[in-house]
Amino acid sequence: MSAVPTPAEALVSVDNIHTYYGKSHILHGVTLHIGAGEVVGLLGRNGVGKSTTLKTIMGLARPSQGEVRLAGRAITGLPAHKLARLGVGYVPEDRRIFRFLTVMENLRTGLDRHGVTSVRKQELLDKVFTYFPVLAERRQQPGGTLSGGEQQMLAIARAMMLEPRIILLDEPTEGLMPRMVSQIGEIIGALHRDGVAILLVEQNVPLTLEASERIYIMEKGLVRHHCAASDINVNDAAIRAYLGV
Amino acid sequence: MAAALEILAAIPYDQILIQTVNGIVTGMILALVASGLTLIFGIMDVVNFAHGELFMLGAYVGVVVLAATGSFWLALAVATLVVALLGAALQIVTLRPLLGRDPLTTILATFGISLVLQNYALWQFGPVARKIQEPFTGSFQLFYLEYPWYRLVIAGLSAVIIGAFWLFLKYGTWGIWIRATTQDRVMAEAMGIPVPWVHTGVFAIGAGMAAASGVLFGPLVGVNHAMGLDWVLKAFIVVVVGGMGNLGGSIAAAIFISLLESYASIWVSPAQAVIVSFVVLISTLLIRPTGLFVPTPK
Repeated sequence: MSAVPTPAEALVSVDNIHTYYGKSHILHGVTLHIGAGEVVGLLGRNGVGKSTTLKTIMGLARPSQGEVRLAGRAITGLPAHKLARLGVGYVPEDRRIFRFLTVMENLRTGLDRHGVTSVRKQELLDKVFTYFPVLAERRQQPGGTLSGGEQQMLAIARAMMLEPRIILLDEPTEGLMPRMVSQIGEIIGALHRDGVAILLVEQNVPLTLEASERIYIMEKGLVRHHCAASDINVNDAAIRAYLGV
Repeated sequence: MAAALEILAAIPYDQILIQTVNGIVTGMILALVASGLTLIFGIMDVVNFAHGELFMLGAYVGVVVLAATGSFWLALAVATLVVALLGAALQIVTLRPLLGRDPLTTILATFGISLVLQNYALWQFGPVARKIQEPFTGSFQLFYLEYPWYRLVIAGLSAVIIGAFWLFLKYGTWGIWIRATTQDRVMAEAMGIPVPWVHTGVFAIGAGMAAASGVLFGPLVGVNHAMGLDWVLKAFIVVVVGGMGNLGGSIAAAIFISLLESYASIWVSPAQAVIVSFVVLISTLLIRPTGLFVPTPK
Protein backbone atom coordinates (compact mmCIF):
# COMPACT_ATOMS: atom_id res chain seq x y z
CA MET A 1 0.00 0.00 0.00
CA SER A 2 1.39 3.34 -0.96
CA ALA A 3 0.65 6.88 0.01
CA VAL A 4 -1.18 9.06 -2.45
CA PRO A 5 1.41 11.26 -4.16
CA THR A 6 0.70 14.95 -3.84
CA PRO A 7 0.22 16.70 -7.19
CA ALA A 8 3.62 18.32 -6.78
CA GLU A 9 5.52 15.04 -6.52
CA ALA A 10 3.40 13.01 -8.94
CA LEU A 11 5.00 11.82 -12.18
CA VAL A 12 1.80 12.45 -14.08
CA SER A 13 -0.90 14.62 -12.66
CA VAL A 14 -4.20 15.18 -14.37
CA ASP A 15 -6.09 18.13 -13.01
CA ASN A 16 -9.76 18.73 -13.69
CA ILE A 17 -9.70 17.92 -17.42
CA HIS A 18 -12.71 18.33 -19.66
CA THR A 19 -12.52 16.66 -23.06
CA TYR A 20 -15.02 16.73 -25.90
CA TYR A 21 -15.34 14.55 -28.98
CA GLY A 22 -17.05 16.89 -31.38
CA LYS A 23 -20.02 18.06 -29.36
CA SER A 24 -20.21 15.22 -26.88
CA HIS A 25 -18.75 16.03 -23.50
CA ILE A 26 -16.78 12.92 -22.48
CA LEU A 27 -14.67 13.98 -19.49
CA HIS A 28 -16.31 16.23 -16.92
CA GLY A 29 -13.33 17.25 -14.84
CA VAL A 30 -11.17 14.18 -14.26
CA THR A 31 -8.44 14.50 -11.63
CA LEU A 32 -5.91 11.78 -10.89
CA HIS A 33 -2.24 11.38 -10.05
CA ILE A 34 0.33 8.71 -10.69
CA GLY A 35 3.57 8.64 -8.73
CA ALA A 36 6.91 7.65 -10.23
CA GLY A 37 7.10 3.85 -10.59
CA GLU A 38 3.56 3.40 -9.35
CA VAL A 39 0.98 1.05 -10.88
CA VAL A 40 -2.44 2.66 -10.83
CA GLY A 41 -5.64 0.99 -11.98
CA LEU A 42 -8.45 2.87 -13.66
CA LEU A 43 -11.73 0.99 -13.50
CA GLY A 44 -15.21 1.71 -14.78
CA ARG A 45 -17.89 0.48 -17.13
CA ASN A 46 -17.63 0.84 -20.88
CA GLY A 47 -17.97 4.38 -22.15
CA VAL A 48 -17.25 6.24 -18.90
CA GLY A 49 -14.20 7.93 -20.39
CA LYS A 50 -11.28 5.70 -19.32
CA SER A 51 -9.76 5.50 -22.78
CA THR A 52 -10.39 9.19 -23.37
CA THR A 53 -8.48 9.95 -20.18
CA LEU A 54 -5.49 8.03 -21.54
CA LYS A 55 -5.79 9.75 -24.92
CA THR A 56 -5.92 13.14 -23.26
CA ILE A 57 -2.76 12.40 -21.28
CA MET A 58 -1.08 11.17 -24.49
CA GLY A 59 -1.97 14.32 -26.41
CA LEU A 60 -4.25 12.43 -28.82
CA ALA A 61 -7.32 14.25 -27.54
CA ARG A 62 -7.11 17.88 -26.56
CA PRO A 63 -8.83 18.92 -23.32
CA SER A 64 -10.88 22.10 -23.49
CA GLN A 65 -10.14 22.79 -19.84
CA GLY A 66 -7.78 21.53 -17.17
CA GLU A 67 -4.13 20.65 -17.09
CA VAL A 68 -1.90 17.60 -17.51
CA ARG A 69 1.58 17.67 -15.99
CA LEU A 70 4.52 15.33 -16.46
CA ALA A 71 7.09 15.57 -13.67
CA GLY A 72 5.86 19.06 -12.88
CA ARG A 73 5.99 20.30 -16.48
CA ALA A 74 2.73 21.32 -18.19
CA ILE A 75 2.21 19.04 -21.20
CA THR A 76 -1.41 19.90 -22.00
CA GLY A 77 -1.86 20.21 -25.75
CA LEU A 78 1.65 19.02 -26.69
CA PRO A 79 1.57 16.75 -29.76
CA ALA A 80 1.79 13.02 -29.04
CA HIS A 81 5.18 12.61 -30.70
CA LYS A 82 6.76 15.07 -28.26
CA LEU A 83 5.16 13.24 -25.31
CA ALA A 84 6.51 9.92 -26.54
CA ARG A 85 9.98 11.47 -26.57
CA LEU A 86 9.45 12.75 -23.02
CA GLY A 87 8.88 9.19 -21.84
CA VAL A 88 5.17 8.45 -22.11
CA GLY A 89 4.45 5.07 -23.70
CA TYR A 90 0.99 4.28 -25.04
CA VAL A 91 -0.51 0.83 -25.62
CA PRO A 92 -3.95 1.46 -27.13
CA GLU A 93 -7.02 -0.64 -26.65
CA ASP A 94 -7.03 -2.21 -30.12
CA ARG A 95 -3.21 -2.61 -30.00
CA ARG A 96 -2.72 -0.82 -33.30
CA ILE A 97 0.24 -2.84 -34.48
CA PHE A 98 1.68 -1.59 -37.77
CA ARG A 99 0.30 -4.58 -39.67
CA PHE A 100 2.56 -4.42 -42.69
CA LEU A 101 5.74 -3.75 -40.76
CA THR A 102 7.69 -6.71 -39.42
CA VAL A 103 7.97 -7.24 -35.66
CA MET A 104 11.48 -5.79 -35.79
CA GLU A 105 10.32 -2.75 -37.78
CA ASN A 106 7.47 -2.20 -35.33
CA LEU A 107 10.05 -2.09 -32.55
CA ARG A 108 12.29 0.22 -34.58
CA THR A 109 9.53 2.85 -34.78
CA GLY A 110 10.25 3.53 -31.12
CA LEU A 111 13.91 2.51 -31.02
CA ASP A 112 15.38 4.68 -33.79
CA ARG A 113 15.54 7.84 -31.76
CA HIS A 114 18.14 10.51 -31.66
CA GLY A 115 20.76 9.89 -29.00
CA VAL A 116 20.27 6.15 -28.49
CA THR A 117 23.60 4.35 -28.94
CA SER A 118 23.68 1.04 -30.75
CA VAL A 119 24.78 -0.66 -27.52
CA ARG A 120 21.73 0.75 -25.73
CA LYS A 121 19.48 -0.33 -28.63
CA GLN A 122 20.76 -3.87 -28.35
CA GLU A 123 20.18 -3.86 -24.58
CA LEU A 124 16.59 -2.71 -25.05
CA LEU A 125 15.97 -5.36 -27.71
CA ASP A 126 17.56 -8.09 -25.58
CA LYS A 127 15.33 -7.09 -22.72
CA VAL A 128 12.04 -7.31 -24.61
CA PHE A 129 13.14 -10.54 -26.27
CA THR A 130 13.77 -11.99 -22.80
CA TYR A 131 10.32 -10.84 -21.67
CA PHE A 132 8.69 -12.01 -24.89
CA PRO A 133 10.74 -14.84 -26.47
CA VAL A 134 8.02 -15.39 -29.07
CA LEU A 135 8.72 -11.95 -30.55
CA ALA A 136 12.36 -12.89 -31.07
CA GLU A 137 11.24 -15.93 -33.04
CA ARG A 138 8.91 -13.86 -35.18
CA ARG A 139 11.04 -10.77 -35.64
CA GLN A 140 10.94 -10.94 -39.45
CA GLN A 141 7.20 -11.65 -39.60
CA PRO A 142 4.71 -8.88 -40.45
CA GLY A 143 2.85 -7.65 -37.36
CA GLY A 144 -0.51 -8.41 -38.96
CA THR A 145 0.23 -12.15 -39.05
CA LEU A 146 0.67 -12.44 -35.27
CA SER A 147 -2.04 -13.85 -33.00
CA GLY A 148 -4.00 -11.50 -30.74
CA GLY A 149 -1.88 -12.31 -27.70
CA GLU A 150 1.35 -11.89 -29.64
CA GLN A 151 0.12 -8.54 -30.99
CA GLN A 152 -0.55 -7.41 -27.43
CA MET A 153 2.98 -8.40 -26.43
CA LEU A 154 4.33 -6.52 -29.44
CA ALA A 155 2.31 -3.45 -28.52
CA ILE A 156 3.78 -3.49 -25.00
CA ALA A 157 7.29 -4.26 -26.28
CA ARG A 158 7.01 -1.42 -28.80
CA ALA A 159 6.10 1.03 -26.04
CA MET A 160 9.06 -0.25 -23.98
CA MET A 161 11.39 0.80 -26.81
CA LEU A 162 10.77 4.41 -25.80
CA GLU A 163 12.33 3.74 -22.36
CA PRO A 164 9.17 5.26 -20.91
CA ARG A 165 8.78 6.64 -17.42
CA ILE A 166 5.11 5.72 -17.62
CA ILE A 167 3.10 3.38 -19.82
CA LEU A 168 -0.58 4.05 -20.48
CA LEU A 169 -2.00 0.55 -20.84
CA ASP A 170 -5.52 0.34 -22.27
CA GLU A 171 -7.33 -2.97 -21.71
CA PRO A 172 -4.31 -5.20 -22.36
CA THR A 173 -6.20 -8.42 -21.59
CA GLU A 174 -9.25 -7.75 -23.74
CA GLY A 175 -10.10 -10.81 -25.83
CA LEU A 176 -7.11 -12.84 -24.66
CA MET A 177 -7.22 -16.41 -23.43
CA PRO A 178 -6.64 -17.01 -19.68
CA ARG A 179 -3.03 -18.16 -20.07
CA MET A 180 -2.22 -14.91 -21.89
CA VAL A 181 -4.04 -12.86 -19.28
CA SER A 182 -1.83 -14.18 -16.48
CA GLN A 183 1.22 -13.52 -18.66
CA ILE A 184 0.17 -9.89 -19.11
CA GLY A 185 -0.17 -9.71 -15.31
CA GLU A 186 3.42 -10.95 -14.97
CA ILE A 187 4.66 -8.37 -17.49
CA ILE A 188 3.01 -5.59 -15.53
CA GLY A 189 4.79 -6.87 -12.44
CA ALA A 190 8.13 -6.97 -14.28
CA LEU A 191 7.70 -3.41 -15.58
CA HIS A 192 6.82 -2.31 -12.07
CA ARG A 193 10.03 -3.85 -10.71
CA ASP A 194 11.92 -1.93 -13.40
CA GLY A 195 10.49 1.28 -11.99
CA VAL A 196 8.12 2.07 -14.86
CA ALA A 197 4.89 3.71 -13.76
CA ILE A 198 1.72 2.25 -15.29
CA LEU A 199 -1.75 3.63 -15.66
CA LEU A 200 -3.81 0.50 -16.27
CA VAL A 201 -7.29 0.66 -17.75
CA GLU A 202 -8.99 -2.72 -17.39
CA GLN A 203 -12.31 -4.52 -17.29
CA ASN A 204 -10.70 -7.42 -15.48
CA VAL A 205 -11.21 -6.33 -11.85
CA PRO A 206 -9.29 -9.15 -10.07
CA LEU A 207 -6.24 -8.61 -12.28
CA THR A 208 -6.34 -4.85 -11.74
CA LEU A 209 -6.68 -5.14 -7.96
CA GLU A 210 -3.77 -7.57 -7.88
CA ALA A 211 -1.46 -5.60 -10.17
CA SER A 212 -2.16 -2.08 -8.92
CA GLU A 213 -1.16 -0.20 -5.82
CA ARG A 214 -4.02 2.26 -6.05
CA ILE A 215 -7.21 2.36 -8.07
CA TYR A 216 -9.52 5.03 -9.38
CA ILE A 217 -13.10 4.20 -10.36
CA MET A 218 -14.76 6.32 -13.02
CA GLU A 219 -18.40 6.88 -13.83
CA LYS A 220 -19.90 9.20 -16.44
CA GLY A 221 -16.72 11.12 -17.14
CA LEU A 222 -15.74 11.63 -13.52
CA VAL A 223 -13.59 9.89 -10.91
CA ARG A 224 -16.07 8.64 -8.29
CA HIS A 225 -13.93 6.55 -6.01
CA HIS A 226 -10.28 6.36 -5.15
CA CYS A 227 -8.52 4.01 -2.74
CA ALA A 228 -5.55 1.73 -2.20
CA ALA A 229 -5.99 -1.55 -4.07
CA SER A 230 -5.43 -3.50 -0.87
CA ASP A 231 -8.32 -1.70 0.83
CA ILE A 232 -10.89 -3.06 -1.54
CA ASN A 233 -11.92 -6.47 -2.85
CA VAL A 234 -13.94 -7.72 -5.76
CA ASN A 235 -17.12 -7.81 -3.70
CA ASP A 236 -16.76 -4.34 -2.21
CA ALA A 237 -19.86 -2.15 -2.27
CA ALA A 238 -18.08 0.52 -4.36
CA ILE A 239 -17.02 -2.03 -6.99
CA ARG A 240 -20.57 -3.37 -7.14
CA ALA A 241 -22.08 0.08 -7.37
CA TYR A 242 -19.83 1.35 -10.14
CA LEU A 243 -18.89 -1.81 -12.02
CA GLY A 244 -21.42 -4.48 -11.08
CA VAL A 245 -24.02 -5.73 -13.47
CA MET B 1 -2.13 -24.09 -90.86
CA ALA B 2 -1.12 -21.92 -93.75
CA ALA B 3 -3.37 -19.18 -92.47
CA ALA B 4 -1.75 -19.36 -89.06
CA LEU B 5 1.70 -19.12 -90.59
CA GLU B 6 0.57 -16.15 -92.61
CA ILE B 7 -0.62 -14.37 -89.48
CA LEU B 8 2.64 -15.17 -87.71
CA ALA B 9 4.59 -13.87 -90.69
CA ALA B 10 2.53 -10.69 -90.72
CA ILE B 11 3.47 -9.75 -87.13
CA PRO B 12 6.00 -6.92 -87.30
CA TYR B 13 8.50 -8.39 -84.83
CA ASP B 14 11.01 -5.61 -85.36
CA GLN B 15 8.43 -2.96 -84.56
CA ILE B 16 7.23 -4.88 -81.54
CA LEU B 17 10.74 -5.05 -80.16
CA ILE B 18 11.33 -1.36 -80.80
CA GLN B 19 8.05 -0.46 -79.16
CA THR B 20 8.86 -2.68 -76.18
CA VAL B 21 12.02 -0.67 -75.63
CA ASN B 22 10.10 2.58 -76.10
CA GLY B 23 7.38 1.47 -73.72
CA ILE B 24 9.85 0.55 -71.01
CA VAL B 25 11.68 3.87 -71.37
CA THR B 26 8.53 5.99 -71.01
CA GLY B 27 7.22 3.54 -68.41
CA MET B 28 10.24 4.09 -66.17
CA ILE B 29 9.91 7.89 -66.38
CA LEU B 30 6.21 7.61 -65.69
CA ALA B 31 6.93 5.33 -62.73
CA LEU B 32 9.28 7.97 -61.35
CA VAL B 33 6.55 10.62 -61.56
CA ALA B 34 3.80 8.32 -60.29
CA SER B 35 5.68 6.88 -57.32
CA GLY B 36 5.88 10.31 -55.71
CA LEU B 37 2.23 10.91 -56.44
CA THR B 38 1.05 7.60 -55.01
CA LEU B 39 3.23 7.96 -51.92
CA ILE B 40 1.87 11.43 -51.18
CA PHE B 41 -1.66 10.11 -51.55
CA GLY B 42 -0.93 7.06 -49.40
CA ILE B 43 0.48 8.98 -46.49
CA MET B 44 -1.56 12.20 -46.47
CA ASP B 45 -4.68 11.39 -48.50
CA VAL B 46 -3.69 14.35 -50.64
CA VAL B 47 -4.31 14.17 -54.36
CA ASN B 48 -1.50 16.39 -55.59
CA PHE B 49 -2.68 18.21 -58.68
CA ALA B 50 0.52 20.27 -58.69
CA HIS B 51 2.69 17.22 -59.32
CA GLY B 52 2.92 17.87 -63.07
CA GLU B 53 4.06 21.42 -62.41
CA LEU B 54 6.83 20.17 -60.13
CA PHE B 55 7.90 17.96 -63.05
CA MET B 56 7.80 21.02 -65.35
CA LEU B 57 9.67 23.26 -62.89
CA GLY B 58 12.32 20.57 -62.54
CA ALA B 59 12.83 20.67 -66.29
CA TYR B 60 13.10 24.49 -66.26
CA VAL B 61 15.57 24.54 -63.37
CA GLY B 62 17.48 21.98 -65.44
CA VAL B 63 17.42 24.32 -68.45
CA VAL B 64 18.72 27.24 -66.39
CA VAL B 65 21.49 25.29 -64.65
CA LEU B 66 22.52 23.63 -67.90
CA ALA B 67 22.77 27.02 -69.61
CA ALA B 68 24.85 28.39 -66.73
CA THR B 69 27.19 25.47 -66.16
CA GLY B 70 26.99 23.29 -69.24
CA SER B 71 26.76 20.16 -67.09
CA PHE B 72 23.70 17.99 -67.55
CA TRP B 73 24.38 15.93 -64.44
CA LEU B 74 24.79 19.01 -62.29
CA ALA B 75 21.52 20.31 -63.75
CA LEU B 76 19.82 17.02 -62.79
CA ALA B 77 21.12 17.18 -59.21
CA VAL B 78 20.37 20.87 -58.69
CA ALA B 79 16.87 20.61 -60.18
CA THR B 80 16.04 17.67 -57.92
CA LEU B 81 17.29 19.48 -54.84
CA VAL B 82 15.72 22.86 -55.62
CA VAL B 83 12.30 21.42 -56.43
CA ALA B 84 12.43 19.13 -53.37
CA LEU B 85 13.02 22.19 -51.19
CA LEU B 86 10.25 24.06 -52.99
CA GLY B 87 7.96 21.05 -52.41
CA ALA B 88 8.80 21.09 -48.70
CA ALA B 89 8.01 24.79 -48.49
CA LEU B 90 4.73 24.36 -50.38
CA GLN B 91 3.70 21.50 -48.11
CA ILE B 92 4.44 23.48 -44.94
CA VAL B 93 2.65 26.59 -46.14
CA THR B 94 -0.41 25.17 -47.86
CA LEU B 95 -1.01 21.52 -47.02
CA ARG B 96 0.06 21.20 -43.40
CA PRO B 97 -2.67 23.56 -42.15
CA LEU B 98 -5.27 21.61 -44.15
CA LEU B 99 -4.38 18.17 -42.78
CA GLY B 100 -7.42 16.22 -41.68
CA ARG B 101 -9.87 18.44 -43.56
CA ASP B 102 -12.14 17.32 -46.36
CA PRO B 103 -10.06 15.96 -49.31
CA LEU B 104 -11.77 18.56 -51.50
CA THR B 105 -9.89 21.39 -49.76
CA THR B 106 -6.50 19.83 -50.52
CA ILE B 107 -7.56 19.16 -54.11
CA LEU B 108 -8.43 22.82 -54.52
CA ALA B 109 -5.22 23.90 -52.78
CA THR B 110 -2.96 21.76 -54.97
CA PHE B 111 -4.91 22.78 -58.06
CA GLY B 112 -4.32 26.40 -57.09
CA ILE B 113 -0.60 25.75 -56.66
CA SER B 114 -0.54 24.12 -60.08
CA LEU B 115 -2.10 27.21 -61.73
CA VAL B 116 0.29 29.56 -59.95
CA LEU B 117 3.37 27.53 -60.89
CA GLN B 118 2.25 27.11 -64.50
CA ASN B 119 1.62 30.80 -64.99
CA TYR B 120 4.79 31.69 -63.17
CA ALA B 121 6.69 29.55 -65.68
CA LEU B 122 4.85 31.17 -68.57
CA TRP B 123 5.65 34.64 -67.24
CA GLN B 124 9.28 33.84 -66.41
CA PHE B 125 10.28 31.72 -69.41
CA GLY B 126 7.74 32.70 -72.09
CA PRO B 127 5.65 30.48 -74.33
CA VAL B 128 8.49 29.23 -76.56
CA ALA B 129 9.63 25.72 -75.70
CA ARG B 130 13.22 25.39 -74.45
CA LYS B 131 15.48 22.50 -75.23
CA ILE B 132 17.65 20.48 -72.89
CA GLN B 133 20.68 19.07 -74.73
CA GLU B 134 21.15 15.40 -73.89
CA PRO B 135 24.46 14.66 -72.16
CA PHE B 136 25.62 12.43 -75.03
CA THR B 137 24.35 11.73 -78.49
CA GLY B 138 25.55 8.21 -79.36
CA SER B 139 23.16 5.70 -80.85
CA PHE B 140 23.05 2.06 -81.83
CA GLN B 141 21.39 0.12 -84.62
CA LEU B 142 18.00 -1.35 -83.67
CA PHE B 143 16.66 -2.89 -86.88
CA TYR B 144 16.01 0.05 -89.18
CA LEU B 145 16.37 2.66 -86.40
CA GLU B 146 19.30 4.59 -85.02
CA TYR B 147 18.26 4.17 -81.40
CA PRO B 148 19.76 6.79 -79.07
CA TRP B 149 21.67 5.40 -76.10
CA TYR B 150 20.37 8.27 -74.04
CA ARG B 151 16.89 6.74 -73.97
CA LEU B 152 18.24 3.58 -72.39
CA VAL B 153 20.20 5.67 -69.91
CA ILE B 154 16.94 7.38 -68.88
CA ALA B 155 15.31 4.05 -68.21
CA GLY B 156 18.36 2.83 -66.29
CA LEU B 157 18.65 5.98 -64.20
CA SER B 158 14.95 5.97 -63.37
CA ALA B 159 15.29 2.37 -62.26
CA VAL B 160 18.29 3.28 -60.09
CA ILE B 161 16.42 6.19 -58.47
CA ILE B 162 13.33 4.06 -57.82
CA GLY B 163 15.48 1.21 -56.53
CA ALA B 164 17.39 3.50 -54.18
CA PHE B 165 14.12 4.93 -52.95
CA TRP B 166 12.75 1.45 -52.35
CA LEU B 167 15.83 0.48 -50.32
CA PHE B 168 15.45 3.69 -48.33
CA LEU B 169 11.80 2.87 -47.58
CA LYS B 170 12.66 -0.70 -46.67
CA TYR B 171 15.68 -0.19 -44.42
CA GLY B 172 16.08 3.48 -43.51
CA THR B 173 14.79 4.91 -40.26
CA TRP B 174 12.86 7.54 -42.20
CA GLY B 175 11.63 4.79 -44.51
CA ILE B 176 10.17 2.90 -41.55
CA TRP B 177 8.70 6.15 -40.23
CA ILE B 178 7.09 6.80 -43.61
CA ARG B 179 5.59 3.31 -43.81
CA ALA B 180 4.40 3.42 -40.19
CA THR B 181 2.78 6.81 -40.74
CA THR B 182 1.08 5.56 -43.91
CA GLN B 183 -0.43 2.64 -41.98
CA ASP B 184 -1.52 4.42 -38.80
CA ARG B 185 -0.88 8.13 -38.45
CA VAL B 186 -2.08 8.37 -34.84
CA MET B 187 -0.13 5.39 -33.56
CA ALA B 188 2.96 6.59 -35.41
CA GLU B 189 2.69 9.84 -33.54
CA ALA B 190 2.24 8.02 -30.23
CA MET B 191 5.51 6.19 -30.97
CA GLY B 192 7.34 9.51 -31.13
CA ILE B 193 7.53 9.76 -34.92
CA PRO B 194 7.41 13.46 -35.90
CA VAL B 195 4.47 12.94 -38.24
CA PRO B 196 4.20 16.53 -39.59
CA TRP B 197 7.84 16.38 -40.70
CA VAL B 198 7.38 12.92 -42.20
CA HIS B 199 4.59 14.40 -44.32
CA THR B 200 6.82 17.28 -45.38
CA GLY B 201 9.65 14.88 -46.14
CA VAL B 202 7.47 12.66 -48.30
CA PHE B 203 6.17 15.64 -50.23
CA ALA B 204 9.73 16.86 -50.77
CA ILE B 205 10.88 13.43 -51.95
CA GLY B 206 7.92 13.17 -54.34
CA ALA B 207 8.64 16.67 -55.68
CA GLY B 208 12.33 15.85 -56.13
CA MET B 209 11.52 12.66 -58.01
CA ALA B 210 9.11 14.54 -60.28
CA ALA B 211 11.81 17.16 -60.96
CA ALA B 212 14.40 14.50 -61.75
CA SER B 213 12.05 12.92 -64.27
CA GLY B 214 11.43 16.37 -65.79
CA VAL B 215 15.14 16.89 -66.42
CA LEU B 216 15.69 13.34 -67.67
CA PHE B 217 12.75 13.56 -70.04
CA GLY B 218 13.49 17.14 -71.15
CA PRO B 219 15.78 16.18 -74.04
CA LEU B 220 13.08 14.01 -75.64
CA VAL B 221 10.39 16.71 -75.72
CA GLY B 222 10.49 20.47 -75.51
CA VAL B 223 10.37 22.10 -72.09
CA ASN B 224 7.36 24.41 -71.80
CA HIS B 225 5.02 25.63 -69.12
CA ALA B 226 2.25 23.13 -69.95
CA MET B 227 4.41 20.00 -70.24
CA GLY B 228 3.29 18.82 -66.82
CA LEU B 229 -0.35 18.44 -67.81
CA ASP B 230 0.01 15.34 -69.98
CA TRP B 231 2.26 13.70 -67.46
CA VAL B 232 0.20 14.29 -64.40
CA LEU B 233 -2.86 12.97 -66.20
CA LYS B 234 -1.03 9.80 -67.15
CA ALA B 235 0.48 9.53 -63.70
CA PHE B 236 -3.00 9.74 -62.17
CA ILE B 237 -4.18 6.91 -64.41
CA VAL B 238 -1.17 4.87 -63.32
CA VAL B 239 -1.81 5.60 -59.64
CA VAL B 240 -5.45 4.49 -59.91
CA VAL B 241 -4.68 1.39 -61.99
CA GLY B 242 -1.81 0.45 -59.65
CA GLY B 243 -3.97 0.93 -56.55
CA MET B 244 -3.98 4.28 -54.74
CA GLY B 245 -1.06 4.54 -52.37
CA ASN B 246 0.60 1.33 -53.56
CA LEU B 247 4.17 1.99 -54.71
CA GLY B 248 4.91 -1.39 -56.32
CA GLY B 249 1.52 -1.33 -58.03
CA SER B 250 2.20 2.10 -59.50
CA ILE B 251 5.53 1.03 -60.94
CA ALA B 252 4.00 -2.08 -62.50
CA ALA B 253 1.05 -0.06 -63.83
CA ALA B 254 3.35 2.61 -65.31
CA ILE B 255 5.27 0.03 -67.34
CA PHE B 256 2.10 -1.89 -68.24
CA ILE B 257 0.26 1.16 -69.57
CA SER B 258 3.28 2.56 -71.40
CA LEU B 259 3.86 -0.79 -73.10
CA LEU B 260 0.21 -1.04 -74.13
CA GLU B 261 0.33 2.47 -75.60
CA SER B 262 3.54 1.72 -77.44
CA TYR B 263 2.13 -1.45 -78.97
CA ALA B 264 -1.09 0.31 -79.91
CA SER B 265 0.85 2.96 -81.77
CA ILE B 266 2.16 0.28 -84.16
CA TRP B 267 -1.30 0.11 -85.66
CA VAL B 268 -2.86 3.48 -84.91
CA SER B 269 -1.34 6.93 -84.67
CA PRO B 270 0.38 7.75 -81.34
CA ALA B 271 -2.27 10.39 -80.63
CA GLN B 272 -4.96 7.73 -80.83
CA ALA B 273 -2.88 5.26 -78.81
CA VAL B 274 -3.46 7.47 -75.76
CA ILE B 275 -7.01 6.12 -75.77
CA VAL B 276 -5.58 2.82 -74.54
CA SER B 277 -4.70 4.24 -71.13
CA PHE B 278 -8.21 5.56 -70.67
CA VAL B 279 -9.69 2.21 -71.66
CA VAL B 280 -7.48 0.56 -69.03
CA LEU B 281 -8.47 3.20 -66.48
CA ILE B 282 -12.19 2.83 -67.06
CA SER B 283 -12.03 -0.97 -67.09
CA THR B 284 -10.07 -0.91 -63.85
CA LEU B 285 -12.61 1.35 -62.21
CA LEU B 286 -15.43 -0.89 -63.39
CA ILE B 287 -13.94 -4.28 -62.64
CA ARG B 288 -11.35 -3.82 -59.89
CA PRO B 289 -11.65 -0.35 -58.38
CA THR B 290 -8.96 -1.11 -55.78
CA GLY B 291 -6.38 -1.40 -58.55
CA LEU B 292 -5.11 -4.07 -60.92
CA PHE B 293 -1.84 -4.64 -59.12
CA VAL B 294 -3.13 -4.97 -55.59
CA PRO B 295 -3.76 -8.35 -54.02
CA THR B 296 -7.47 -8.83 -53.38
CA PRO B 297 -8.14 -7.33 -49.94
CA LYS B 298 -9.24 -9.91 -47.40
